[in-house]
Order: sequence, then C-alpha cells, then structure tokens
Amino acid sequence: MNKKDFNIVIVGIGGQGLITITRILAEAALLEGLDTKTSELHGLSQRGGSVETSLRFGLKIYSSLVKEGGANLIISLELQEALKSCYYASREIGTLFLINEFSKPIPGEKIPKKTEILEELQGFSKKTIMVPATNLCEEKLGKAVLAGVFMISLASFKNLVPLSPKSILKAIKKQIPGKYLELNLKAFNLAKDYNFSI
Amino acid sequence: MEKVLLKKSAKKILLLGNEAIVRGALESGVKFVSTYPGTPASEIGNTFFKIQNSKSKIQDLHFEFSTNEKVALEAAAGASFSGLKSLVAMKHFGLNVASDFLIPLCYSGIKGGQVLVVADDPSCWSSAQSEQSTRAFAYLAHIPILEPSDPQECKEFTKLAFQLSEKFKIPIMLRETTRVALQTAPVKLGKIVRGKTKAKFVKDPHRFSTMPPRVLEMKRELLEKIEKIKRVSEKSPLNQIHRGRVSGKSKMGIITSGISYLYVIEALKELNLEIPVLKLGFFYPLPEKKIQQFIKSLKKVLVVEELEPFLEKEVERLAKDINPLVEIFGKNLLSEIGELKPEDVILALTRFSNKKPKFNFTNHLKKFQNLKLKKRFPQLCPGCPYWLIFQSVKRAAPKGTIFGGEIGCYMLAAYPPHYLQDYLFCMGSSAGIAHGIKKALRRGSDETEKQKVIAFVGDSSFFHAGIPALINTVYNKSNPLIIIMDNKTTAMTGQQPHPGAPAEDKGIEIEDIVRAVGVKNVKVIDPVNLRELEKTVKEFLNKKEVSVIIARRPCIQISK
Repeated sequence: MNKKDFNIVIVGIGGQGLITITRILAEAALLEGLDTKTSELHGLSQRGGSVETSLRFGLKIYSSLVKEGGANLIISLELQEALKSCYYASREIGTLFLINEFSKPIPGEKIPKKTEILEELQGFSKKTIMVPATNLCEEKLGKAVLAGVFMISLASFKNLVPLSPKSILKAIKKQIPGKYLELNLKAFNLAKDYNFSI
Repeated sequence: MEKVLLKKSAKKILLLGNEAIVRGALESGVKFVSTYPGTPASEIGNTFFKIQNSKSKIQDLHFEFSTNEKVALEAAAGASFSGLKSLVAMKHFGLNVASDFLIPLCYSGIKGGQVLVVADDPSCWSSAQSEQSTRAFAYLAHIPILEPSDPQECKEFTKLAFQLSEKFKIPIMLRETTRVALQTAPVKLGKIVRGKTKAKFVKDPHRFSTMPPRVLEMKRELLEKIEKIKRVSEKSPLNQIHRGRVSGKSKMGIITSGISYLYVIEALKELNLEIPVLKLGFFYPLPEKKIQQFIKSLKKVLVVEELEPFLEKEVERLAKDINPLVEIFGKNLLSEIGELKPEDVILALTRFSNKKPKFNFTNHLKKFQNLKLKKRFPQLCPGCPYWLIFQSVKRAAPKGTIFGGEIGCYMLAAYPPHYLQDYLFCMGSSAGIAHGIKKALRRGSDETEKQKVIAFVGDSSFFHAGIPALINTVYNKSNPLIIIMDNKTTAMTGQQPHPGAPAEDKGIEIEDIVRAVGVKNVKVIDPVNLRELEKTVKEFLNKKEVSVIIARRPCIQISK
C-alpha cells in the first residue's frame, strides 16, 4: 500500500451529520492536491440506526471503502458505535480512535460503562481519545449537531489527521451552506481553543 | 446542486456518482428527465428537481417525478420518439415495474438518445424486498449495459451512452451499484451543452407499433443492432487491459468490472502482485473476442464480480472454443450474496495466487465477532406521525390481526416497539395480498373467517401501484382494512413530491380516488386524534366490504 494513503472511518447515528463532515474532509484533501474518495449510504440506513461512512485520501485512490482492520483514524460520534467500528481497526496498523463522549441508549439495553468500552477498544487500537464534543457544542454553541465539525477540526489541530486546519477551514466554507456557516465556524474555533493532552 | 451546474470545464470538483451522471447528461444536452425515487438512485432525480427549481435552471429541460418507474420510462420514451434526448433513473426493483415496457421498447428503439440509469443495491443497504442483479435484463430485453466504477466514469459513460443510443437508436442502460452511486470523488468537468430543443413526432407505425407479425421482424432487427454494437464493444477503450500484459510463468489473469475493479487494483497493490486485469465497461454486449484474446494463453483466470456469476458463465462459455483447459475461478472464492468488500477480494486473490496476506483477516474477524455488539434498529423520526398511527392501530386491532406492510418509512413497523408487520413485499402489494388472504380465510374455519387483515399503504405507494390493488378488492369483493399512511411526501427516499402532494398546488385527493372506485367506508383522520382513529379502525374492521382510512399528517421532515 502507498504510504501516503490515509484511511478514515466515521461512525455514529443517523442525524448526527456524518455525511457532511465526511465531505468536508474530502474537500480538504482535494484542496491539498490529493486524490480522495468517500463512501456513504442513504435511505433506510439513515433512519436513526447505526451509520458509517468511509474516506480515503492519498496520491491515487481506487477503493472508496476502507478494508477490514485498515483504518488509520476512526471518528466515532457515539460511544457504543465505536465498538462496531472495530471491524476497521487494528493494532497492526495502529488505529487511532477519536470518540465523542456521548451515549444514545439502545431501547431495552443497558448502557455499557465508558471503562468497559475503553477496555474492548484496547485490543484494536494504538490510542483512544475521548472528548465530550456533544456536551461542549450544546453548552457553548447551543447545537449538539456541531459535534461532528468540532471533532474533525480537533483532529486537524491535534495532528490526528494529515490535513491542515487551513484546508479544513476552507473546506467548511465550501461545503456548508450560508445560513449555517457561522455556527460551524464557531465549532471550528472551539476546537482550536480546546486543550487536552494526548 | 450548484456545483453540478458549474460552468468551468476542466476543473475538478467532488461529485457523488449520481451527481456525476446528472453532469454527464447535461454535457450531452439532455432535454427530458423522469424518475421515481429509490435509493441508491434518488440523488439523480433530486438534483434535476433542484436544477428545475433554481434560478440558474437549464433552458427547455423538462424534469418530472413520474407516478412509477414504468410511467417514467414511457414518458421519457415518448420524448425520445419525438427526437429529444432523455434520461430515466430508478433503483433495481423499479426496473421490474418498468420491464413490461422496456422489452418492446428495445424492439422499436428510439430517435433521440435515451439513457436508462438503474442502481442495484448489493447487501440491500436500502432495499427491503430483494437483492438482484439488473444484468439479467441484458438477456431478457437485449438492452446494452455499461458499468462505471467511479464518479468520473459515471459522467463519461453517461455521455458515451447517449452517443451510442443516438447512433444505434436504442436505449442504453447505465448500471450502477450502491458503492458507485454513493461514492464521492474528484470529477473533471466538461462543457454543458444545450442540445436539440425542437421536438417533432414523425409518424412511423412501422417502427413504433409492435404488432405481430412485424414484432418478430423487430426482434431480428434488434439482434442485428446488438451484433453491430458488439463490434463497438470489441474496439472500445472501456474494455481494456490494465496493469501490464499477459506474460511471465504464472499465466494468471483477472476479469472484472464496475466497483469490483477498484477492489481488484487495491488488492493487487496490497499483495504486491502484477497480474493483468481486463476491466470491462460493457456488460452487454460483451467484447467476446477481446475476452478470448485475453484468456487464450492463461492457465488461470479469476472473475471478480458482485452477485450472480453472469460474467463468469460467459467466460466459461468463451473459454471452451479458445482455451478449454484454463482454470476459471470466481464464485468458488467470492460470495454470490451481498456486496464485495476490499478484504473479500484480497482473500480471493491470495487463494487464487497462493500468496499469503500481510494481515491476518481471519483472526481479526474472530476477535471482532467476540465483541458483544448490540443492534441499533432504524427508527421513525421523533415527531413522525406514523408513531401515532401504529399506536392506535395496535390498541384497536384484535389479537390475531394480520398486518401487511410495504415499501416506505412504514416498513419500520416490523421493528420494535411496533411489531406490526406479518408480510412485506413490493410496492402496491400489501392490499393485493390482503385481498387474497381475506378471500382464502373464508375457506378456513369459523375462527379464521373472523380474522382481520390490515394493509398499510403509503401515499406515494398508493399512486405508484396501490390503486389497481384497491380496485381489485372492490371488484372482487373482499373486506380488508386499508390504511393509507398519507404524510404528503415520498419520505423514505428524501421527501420528493408525488401526485397527491405536488410542489406547487394541492394535488390529487386520495379520498376522491378511493370514493370514485366504489369504496363505501372511507374516512380521513389526522392521527393526532388517537381516539377517533382507534374507534374507526375497530368499526371498519367489522365491515362486510373493503374499508379505507386515510391517516393524514405531513412528514415531520417537511413540516418542521
């Protein structure tokens, strides 16, 4: 495999804006002169169930899907969904998890503890980072759905993804329609000022 | 949508496969577009719909959401008979609906170029009723089929399809799959052209009336056309050998097409293998000589394709004449069910070439399967009026009631907490089957005779295929309760308008149709009136004739 290929899987729940953030990342890759591909699903699979998109960029990309165990970065917008994405994660490739500390209960099932999830993820990852993105965006910006844009911006600022904040910012401006742009830029800036130790 | 209309040619922009098809059609001068929404083809119609409603609209371009796929194909054919270029888009089982017309249409052919886009959904990501390969229609209808791999090819193949269609006066099918239709990649733009705008229907019953005995002559003409197109296919750069020529000691080769091609190239990179790949852009007619030339000196050939082994069988047939000893691999290494994933192709290739994979997929999968994952079912949106309908129906229906489902958001009735679905097939079928069950149960016992049947039908589905089934219950006298789930939109596929809920005016009233066909027990109820709905369900279930409740409240996605 080409060393410059970078593989991202994004998981979450329908309605969390996965498709938008996937497109922003792809746009940013294109702005950096890279080849890129994404894959997404529409229709039934968007109705509040588990959702997953994939994104790859590099010098020349063929498949839009990330292969089993082949994700460099997994962005999970919900705690339990992170477990489902382990299909794409492996210690061999050194998968990095960026997880939104947010739980949407599954009706009739008890919510697993954060520590339980972290333990399970260990077998599949090099490093796991949790951020309370939903809470933060709700608290500071009044909109939970901005968690996604916050997380990809954070990934860029903290070098978890080889795409510069400048490109991400440009891509946000290109992909987000006018009336929502301002809030999304706020989410970007919130990520810029957010500190955590890796 | 704006990006699809971008004027700058030669610029590279990110497009979905479906958006790239729209762009390809605009670069070909398309003038008439029709569709019935269905994932994974919906974005084609949605994009044209937005173009039509935007200020920057394309001049003289007609777009419509037709009542169903068959009508969409007929409408576009009418435009093509009159000399305009047309495009029709639908999902795989939409083509089942349209097939009655498709087959004779290939006999007569068209005048203005016509492209039929069909999107298959391997793995049934957004398809309830069946996983099918539309390639089968090549044999049934003799329609030429092109299969793009990525968005750039979606655009280029659309243009080529228009050219072929104009030249040979036959509709051309562009077959996509979910991972092509919903794949985003940079696409190099060409120029949008205006195309021919003046339509004229020149009478020519010899061509457009498929009467016997002429119809058999037409079939002969169609087969002759296909022979000519086969010669184009033989020479076409769409069917090409990638990654080197047949050489070396191993004498292996791969034949593939569509999305599978992308996985093959990735797998070869992953395994550091140099095996020649014949990529086929034409599925029908196949470049038979080119395939024979490719396999002539091979010892082993691997056919990588999703779903049924159509290509593999063709390769087997072609090998008999040219290289009967060649070993052909395909469905012995790859599943016939579900879509292919990159790792499936890597694993198939390791077994084919006896090369070890770098990554232990088997162990990894075992480890993954040991995680105790909880299933998250799709849900109706918060505030969806269907919650109210299901709740009332559940309370009102006596134990043992049989519930018929259909295609749309209301098929979520199958999942918790509703559990209101005892059967589900295609659009329009819930009432059709309900009639048969009701009739049959009269011949059961005293108990079955009392058993109730409730059929759910969506508003868009009612117009699509529900009306003939309703008329049948009246005409042939049975008494199911039909609940029309009228949320004033085609919700599941992304809120497209339909005859009962057009974008501009009031539309056709469903109750007018129901009454006009002779249904006596009809009531329109807003499901927020839970009591009234519950009472009416109880009352109507005891009627001797068919009854219809129109439960009307707009989809939360359009009313919020």
